[in-house]
Amino acid sequence: MNVSDGASEVTKSLSPLSSKYAREIEAILAKYPPEQRRSAVMPLLYLAQKERMYVDRETMQEIGEILGMSTTDVASIVGFYSLYYDEPGGKYHIQICTDLPCALRGAEDFLVELCERLGILPGETTKDGLITIEEVMCLAACDNAPMFQVQSSQGLEYYENQTVENALKLIEELRTMATRGPGHYESIRSDSDE
Amino acid sequence: MNDVGREPPAGHILLRHREIPEIDNLEVYRQNGGFEALRKAVTLMGPDEVTEEVKTSGLRGRGGAGFPTGLKWTFIDYDRYPHYVVANADESEPGTYKDREIMEGNPFQFLEGVAICAYAIRAETAYIYLRGEFWQIAESLDRQIEALERSGFLGDNLFGTDYSLRISTHLGAGAYICGEETALLESMEGKLGQPRLRPPFPPSFGLYGKPTVVNNVETLTNVPMIIKHGGDWYRNIGTEKSTGPKIFSLSGNVERPGNYELPLGTTFRELIYEHGGGIPNGRLIKAIMAAGASSSLIVANDEALDTKMDYESVPNVGAQLGSASVIVIDDTVSIPWLINKTIHFFKHESCGKCTPCREGNYWMVHLTERIAQGQASMNDVELLYDVASQIKGKCLCALGEFSIEAVLSGIERFRTDFEQVVAD
Ligand SMILES: Cc1cc2nc3c(=O)[nH]c(=O)nc-3n(C[C@H](O)[C@H](O)[C@H](O)COP(=O)(O)O)c2cc1C
Ligand code: FES
Repeated sequence: MNVSDGASEVTKSLSPLSSKYAREIEAILAKYPPEQRRSAVMPLLYLAQKERMYVDRETMQEIGEILGMSTTDVASIVGFYSLYYDEPGGKYHIQICTDLPCALRGAEDFLVELCERLGILPGETTKDGLITIEEVMCLAACDNAPMFQVQSSQGLEYYENQTVENALKLIEELRTMATRGPGHYESIRSDSDE
Repeated sequence: MNDVGREPPAGHILLRHREIPEIDNLEVYRQNGGFEALRKAVTLMGPDEVTEEVKTSGLRGRGGAGFPTGLKWTFIDYDRYPHYVVANADESEPGTYKDREIMEGNPFQFLEGVAICAYAIRAETAYIYLRGEFWQIAESLDRQIEALERSGFLGDNLFGTDYSLRISTHLGAGAYICGEETALLESMEGKLGQPRLRPPFPPSFGLYGKPTVVNNVETLTNVPMIIKHGGDWYRNIGTEKSTGPKIFSLSGNVERPGNYELPLGTTFRELIYEHGGGIPNGRLIKAIMAAGASSSLIVANDEALDTKMDYESVPNVGAQLGSASVIVIDDTVSIPWLINKTIHFFKHESCGKCTPCREGNYWMVHLTERIAQGQASMNDVELLYDVASQIKGKCLCALGEFSIEAVLSGIERFRTDFEQVVAD
């Protein structure tokens, strides 16, 4: 492994992540022994995803350069873990738990009905490019089914003891927020019809 | 030590936030005896004395395997440094949500436990590995760690001694396998979360190849109480071989699902009917899974309901206590549907490293789907049983073993359910 570059390299580099998040990157690297920079790959990927919910090839390369890893190695981490994305999806990922304990409390019906009301299938994104519905495994909230989390560039938020009506209301709020907020993301999705 | 023979306390020992509002505030935690145990350990006890006290308590790992905690700490290789503590906060077993409640409700007791463990094994760095979905918990733990550093409970020269400790959080990113301790360590090192060949075990070859203790969040949250009141006091709770309180995560077809902190050795009946309020809608109980999706299916007859939930008794009804995530299944549930659910989970979560687990779960999911949809014959059920049997004992970690528990026990113990759904 090539770990010759010192911490100062990070700030010198002009690539987007390093220039925008120099302080955050230093703080992340400081958590691990200097010769174990590779441990920072997961937190750096989260940092990168803060921008727009997926990590592109150039950013993977940049993270690789910071940590002394090949781009392929970084890409394999992105591929292995389900919370990293290498292509754009909806701005908000609504991840509904349909694992066994939640399914015993009606989570499957909840999923089907919500998708029907949105006119999409599980795994698909609404036409405005904002909402992706995903089925996920246990989220450690099994006593409060139906439940889901919303993953966006802002992080993850849990919503427990949900009804379809509640969820639709939340989706409307997310849509309002997305159209009002200063999104760089909307411009990527030129096929937006809203 | 002190407090011997005193009655076990009436309230909670772990879920103390249920009695003490705002115990997640450092001042409130301190007013309620917080960090007295760490102070006592660091200023009055040697590291080995701390470990000895934990051994005396009989505390066993709450992450699933029930391994004696104090004994694990003695396995640390004292010829090589640095040492590390890694708290396992990956909590991804379907039906398990106890560590989340501890970290949200009573985080300082958990952090104090991490610190005492670190002192006992002479580690000056500890990490908390949280599943990626616990992003907000990680942020609040970061703030709480900062508060501890400001108050002198973490950082350099604790309590004026030469002992120093730093704790950091590390977020996973959605992979059940990273709860397995060696996959977790690989993940922390920035690699794919795949299990290592063992031995060597983490106490001799752990994080960065250094001696490491990996303990579950609930395990560590017991430790301040043991150091404060003494191991003999702790032994008053629970059974002789399964000491202490346990948080049972109750889920599924039950009136009041939730976390219940009860002594180990409480019966299934008491948990499900007294605390959980029984089965809703006038239905009958059919089966119980005691260790989340990784359990075999227990036939919920009177003998099973009167079985004590401890590490020794649950095997008498053909299952394991594991993480004590009790999933209740009523008589409307079809077992073929259920195992299709669990196999979907394991197929999704198999890390792909070992062929029997990867391929076996791939084949099993094809079979369970067809069986659950009524498009299979009894021959397919036998084939499924065969494929499952082939996975047994052939993988690096227990995920493969976990995946077949419900399949084998389901086919053995609920055969009529399969006969009903297969096409004739
Ligand atoms: C597939 C698999 C998943 C596991 N998931 C977890 C988990 O989420 N949390 C946990 O504490 N232990 C989990 N374990 C157990 C750990 O490997 C390890 O035994 C445990 O963290 C040790 O801590 P303890 O002795 O305090 O229980 C898992 C094991 C396997 C095989
Ligand atoms: S099964 Fe849905 S949160 Fe656990």
